[in-house]
Amino acid sequence: MELLIFYAFCVGAVVSALLMVTTKRPVRAAMSLVATMSFLAGLYALLNAHLIAVLQLIVYAGAIMVLFLFVIMLLNIEEKEGKLAKNVFFIQLAGTVVVGILMVAMVVVMNKIGAPVAGAAVDETFGTTKAVGWMLFTKYLLPFEIASVLLLAAIVGAVILAKRRIDNSKA
Amino acid sequence: MLADLIESLAKIVFIFTVNVGVFAPILGWVERKQSAVMQDRIGANRADILGFTAIGLFHSLADAVKLLTKEDFVPANANKFFHTLAPFIALVPAISAFAIIPFGGRYELFGREINLVIADLDVGILYVFALAGLATYGTVLAGWSSRSNWSLLGGLRASAQMLSYEVAMGLSIIGIIIVYGSLRLTDIGAAQENFFRWGIFLQPVGFIIYMTCAIAENKRIPFDIPEAESELVAGYFTEYSGMKFVMFWMAEFLEMVTISAIVTTLFFGAWHIPFVTDAMLLSWFSGFAGPNGAAALAMAVNIAVFFAKVSFFIWLQMTIRWTLPRFRYDQVMRMCWKMLLPLSLINLSITGLVVLLL
Repeated sequence: MELLIFYAFCVGAVVSALLMVTTKRPVRAAMSLVATMSFLAGLYALLNAHLIAVLQLIVYAGAIMVLFLFVIMLLNIEEKEGKLAKNVFFIQLAGTVVVGILMVAMVVVMNKIGAPVAGAAVDETFGTTKAVGWMLFTKYLLPFEIASVLLLAAIVGAVILAKRRIDNSKA
Repeated sequence: MLADLIESLAKIVFIFTVNVGVFAPILGWVERKQSAVMQDRIGANRADILGFTAIGLFHSLADAVKLLTKEDFVPANANKFFHTLAPFIALVPAISAFAIIPFGGRYELFGREINLVIADLDVGILYVFALAGLATYGTVLAGWSSRSNWSLLGGLRASAQMLSYEVAMGLSIIGIIIVYGSLRLTDIGAAQENFFRWGIFLQPVGFIIYMTCAIAENKRIPFDIPEAESELVAGYFTEYSGMKFVMFWMAEFLEMVTISAIVTTLFFGAWHIPFVTDAMLLSWFSGFAGPNGAAALAMAVNIAVFFAKVSFFIWLQMTIRWTLPRFRYDQVMRMCWKMLLPLSLINLSITGLVVLLL
């Protein structure tokens, strides 16, 4: 049963991700990305990481993608096929390099973790809000705080950029 | 295993019947009647069967027949796929949010422990926020896919409004989570057995902020700028008819029920009667009904109390809807970012400080 659900989510995630990169219509691409993220949330839930699954839905599928859609609608980007950029080769090259680096990073991390031990018992509290919160505020406090400062900097930057544009239009 | 399955199915069927079968159609009638009473009119009383009008209740029946048989119209320029998908995205979260809301406590019945909640999730209330975030797509896609200016404006307003109020709504609940130390709605409900430990006494500011944000999230007056009929015809669902139209309408009513249920669970003692503990209730009934009968009776009483409270908050929301005028768009946004958000942050800091010191 669990395996069946797992495969359903996997197929859904891959298919919607493919749709997202192949379609040329912005709204369809955005909604495919929402579907991908929802399927990923389902996979997290299957891995017992309930908190991560719900946060994935709230933050990525619920908040960030709504903003994407908002911008697409606000700019009223045409439904027709978009013009291809001139330097397609460099874009493709950049994409390949980025994906390659990600791939290498993933392999390195996977090797570091090592193969899962068959039959190894997982802690009862694994993935619960309490356990994740405890880890965040003890073992991973420094990365957590650094990430929050980074986000704060991004917010301040966004506010300043938006402000300057209003001033320019007035002048 | 089989017993578990039957128990879960029974709970799902019960909640589904209560929500979709009772609340949704009845609320359509209540809304009309409420507006009639508040505006000193007689109200819906024309639909009759063999001369019986049943104080206008047959209007719900007439509505259902009319909407089911109505032509399902899709505008020529509309994006058919998303135009059809949007009402489903709006309705499904509204129905599934009820899965984590406890409508009663725990009971020992024939040697089985029955926990009156469909899914007792560890993440609890966060699940509702996740669904609320997804419900935004229904509105936004409906507005965009209709290819109508009214709809598009409604969709744009809705996406900005719902996104903004989600932030303040999330922060208003954190106070409650700190006080009760759990995200599980069953834990929060059980912690309110003592009348003076009800959420409303511990988090009065949180309640006001949550209620305001929830009404804004549900896009009802005074926050109905995404559908504002005097400005945008009907906003994001202008181009909908028949069953798809009624799905948006049902989503709104079911969200109203969900909001009331959450308010009841978080702030108003969930299934508890003031000054009556679960043990007291059980001992009263066991005098004449035996242990199993007492548990069943206590269960029935608690469910009734819970839905009575829910009905009260639905009434409150309807009264607010027919009392207040609509806010202007900039007022809605200013209220969220400059009043509710700072207020909920202050509430959160004070709550954290007090809990830390005590």
